[in-house]
Amino acid sequence: MAVKFLREKWFYLVLLLAAVTLPLVVTDRYIFQLAIMSLIFSIATLSLNLILGYTGQASLAHAGFFGIGAYGVGLMTKAGLSFWLALPLASFISALVGFLIGLPTLRTRGSYFAIATLCFGVIISIVIGNWVELTGGHTGLLGIPRPKIGSFEFSSQISQYYLVLAFLLLTLFVMHRLVHSLQGLSFMSVRNNEPLAEAVGINTFATKIISFMVANFFAGMAGGIYASLIGSISPSTASFNHTFNWLVYLLLGGAATLAGPILGAFAFPLLMEYLQFLEDYRLIIFGVLLIIVIIYFPRGLMGGIESLQHRIKTRYRLRKGDGKNVVTASGKSHQAV
Amino acid sequence: MDLFLQQIFNGVMLGSTYAIVALGLTLVFGILHIPNFAHGHLYMLGAYVSFFAMTRYGLGFWPALFISVFVLALAGVVVEFLVYRPLRDQPHINSFISAIGALIILETGVVVIWGPQAHRIPNPYPGTIELLGMTMTQQRLLLIIVAIIMIVLLQIFIKKTTPGTAIEAVAQNREGAMLMGINVNRISSLTFAISTGTAAAAATMVAPIFMISPAMGALLGMKAFIIVILGGLGSIPGAIVGGYILGLIEALGGGYISADYKDVFAFGALLLILAIKPTGLFGREVA
Amino acid sequence: MSLLQVENLTKRFEGLVAVNDVTFNVDRGEILAIIGPNGAGKSSLFNLVSGILRPTSGRVFLEGQDITGLKPHRIAQMGITRTFQTTTLFNQLRVADNLAIGYRMRTASGFWSTIFHTRRWKEDREKTMARVLEVLDFIGMTDKAFDFVSTLSQEEQKRLAIGVALAGEPKAILLDEPTGGLIQEDTDGITQLIKKIKAAGITVCLIEHKMNMVMDLADRIVVLNYGNKLAEGTPGEISTNPAVIEAYLGREYVA
Repeated sequence: MAVKFLREKWFYLVLLLAAVTLPLVVTDRYIFQLAIMSLIFSIATLSLNLILGYTGQASLAHAGFFGIGAYGVGLMTKAGLSFWLALPLASFISALVGFLIGLPTLRTRGSYFAIATLCFGVIISIVIGNWVELTGGHTGLLGIPRPKIGSFEFSSQISQYYLVLAFLLLTLFVMHRLVHSLQGLSFMSVRNNEPLAEAVGINTFATKIISFMVANFFAGMAGGIYASLIGSISPSTASFNHTFNWLVYLLLGGAATLAGPILGAFAFPLLMEYLQFLEDYRLIIFGVLLIIVIIYFPRGLMGGIESLQHRIKTRYRLRKGDGKNVVTASGKSHQAV
Repeated sequence: MDLFLQQIFNGVMLGSTYAIVALGLTLVFGILHIPNFAHGHLYMLGAYVSFFAMTRYGLGFWPALFISVFVLALAGVVVEFLVYRPLRDQPHINSFISAIGALIILETGVVVIWGPQAHRIPNPYPGTIELLGMTMTQQRLLLIIVAIIMIVLLQIFIKKTTPGTAIEAVAQNREGAMLMGINVNRISSLTFAISTGTAAAAATMVAPIFMISPAMGALLGMKAFIIVILGGLGSIPGAIVGGYILGLIEALGGGYISADYKDVFAFGALLLILAIKPTGLFGREVA
Repeated sequence: MSLLQVENLTKRFEGLVAVNDVTFNVDRGEILAIIGPNGAGKSSLFNLVSGILRPTSGRVFLEGQDITGLKPHRIAQMGITRTFQTTTLFNQLRVADNLAIGYRMRTASGFWSTIFHTRRWKEDREKTMARVLEVLDFIGMTDKAFDFVSTLSQEEQKRLAIGVALAGEPKAILLDEPTGGLIQEDTDGITQLIKKIKAAGITVCLIEHKMNMVMDLADRIVVLNYGNKLAEGTPGEISTNPAVIEAYLGREYVA
């Protein structure tokens, strides 16, 4: 529907506006650094959203793929390769590993896939921690060079901020195109009813593989950017605590929406920041929140906003006495086609 | 040869722990279809409750073990009620996420109360026995014996007692069981209590051998899931056999190939099995 | 040559024989009904033909081509789609999306063409829109295009399920109890729809319990009992077949 289309446009506009003005508004270097991290984690959460939110497959190896991207970029740029070459390469490797892991695990359904990917995530952490010659073991990789264009180095916070923002917009663009298309409908058909999707001719296995590869490509990309901007990485970069964090961002913000993951990735760390005084207890709140959200608000913040909007709209419509839908070819672009 | 026997012994000991923990998990995952991903963390809590009972109240090993089993059985009932029951008819993924919330609470809770560092439980049976050139500590031997006793008792409970057969009935046909007047909620609570109670017993038996730490549950929980899948969902013999196989794989792989990578073998085995047979080793075709 | 040939199809589950050595043909453009008491193996038979189950032995041919043991999505792409006994739809999505998914297998745009909005992507989109409108009209749900599945009535959901199966332009459609759980008036609507499908030249294979409906619709009937084929013939032949009356009709048809 036109309304939804407009809302998507609005969403981009607001995001861009916020993006441009944020460096002017935020003067605190610490908060600004948080914003940069939120941008990076937005990319990671958006990619988790593709495989979990839209395709319905709980991949818990997401931090592992983030780690592959991070170590890929770290190792390649330290060896002298340009960031601009290392990043796509590392992302591609991440997607390729995703393909290899997807082959055995995506044939399974439901919990099996979650458990298998979790296992794979653990394997990655163990390998990173123990393969000292390559990864530096538990001390990690230090002194990873920052991205450069010519002689310009992305060392100031503002330049880093805009760099990550550009990558986030790229991610958002790809996700938007994928989700609002027949391909996106294929993803959702697998999530919603896999046996029926298969019965109407959708190769569900191939669909899941595509979703998993794209998700892991962007997870790897987020990791690569992280490594290059932070400058040092360690096995904890790939630890599943990261996956859990993104899961919370995703569910809190709203799974299977494009705005939700970004909303979650900004709102939640900020919330945690304000709860700093609670120290370790913060994590307990984190856990309680996760349970409450999944039980009572499974569609997250964006889901809440959507149903509110829907309620207002129907009321408005009823008042105007035009409750009937009219099919027009142009109006059909509402959901996907 | 001595090394080999020693590794086998260690494998059997590890396998005994795995078998009990997997047995509890297969009851809730395979029978109630609840992916209790916090199972390993409840196991960890069991070890801490024993530790607390011994150090704070000066209780002996066995009284502490029984208290731990009781407390954890209760904890299992609470977790089932608060974390899983509201999500019963929803997709698996939701329960899984809820479980992650629960395990974060458990792990952080233990860190807040007892600190992130490892603790040691005094070993009640520090003596050793020499047999066939192997050195066996009494505690390890005891662990194996207790594990076998628990497995047998659990089998008898499920096959011979009324509540046990009710669990089986629910496993086979939930609606049918409800029509027969079986209270499914009560069965869920009972199954959880058994599952977490046995995990607490295993954790307490193991605690004097290894250190206890807040992180001890996560890896074990994952391994328990691996065993349950390898053994076939809800299959009790599968969980037992799978537990011992995994223990042996780890002990032999760790002893002969690489100790750093011993956990990789378990996870690698799972990926391999799923590649060959997506429903698990003993998984059945469904009509 | 028949459109669909089922030859000596057998399926065993751990000692239980669900389908035992069943052979029959479905001719192009006809409505073939499969009847039999509960547990006769009707749904298992559909699952075998549509690739959800692999037969223990026997073969299935579509237009002479062996399709035994192919994956369900391959069989659907080759031209056999189906509905399920318990109405299954993509219930998180809208009516039009459900139909678009049904047509998805006739489109080719994949990842890259979706990202770059290539010409193929645009063509696919046009084709899909046209097909969705066509099917909406065919199943009489044009005014419901943007409704969510969860807001539809039982009968509308049944129609939509048939529509989803039709959207992919199948040669044959397998309907597993398309009127199960519906009241009489609603049943009539579905009956009309099935006649319309036949008129459109699509072969129909139907599992149904309502005997008067089967007698009205079917060109031929196959009767299953305990996994075995008991009889095959026109409605007239079946209703006078002593074995069938004994095993099945004797109780229900007369009553």
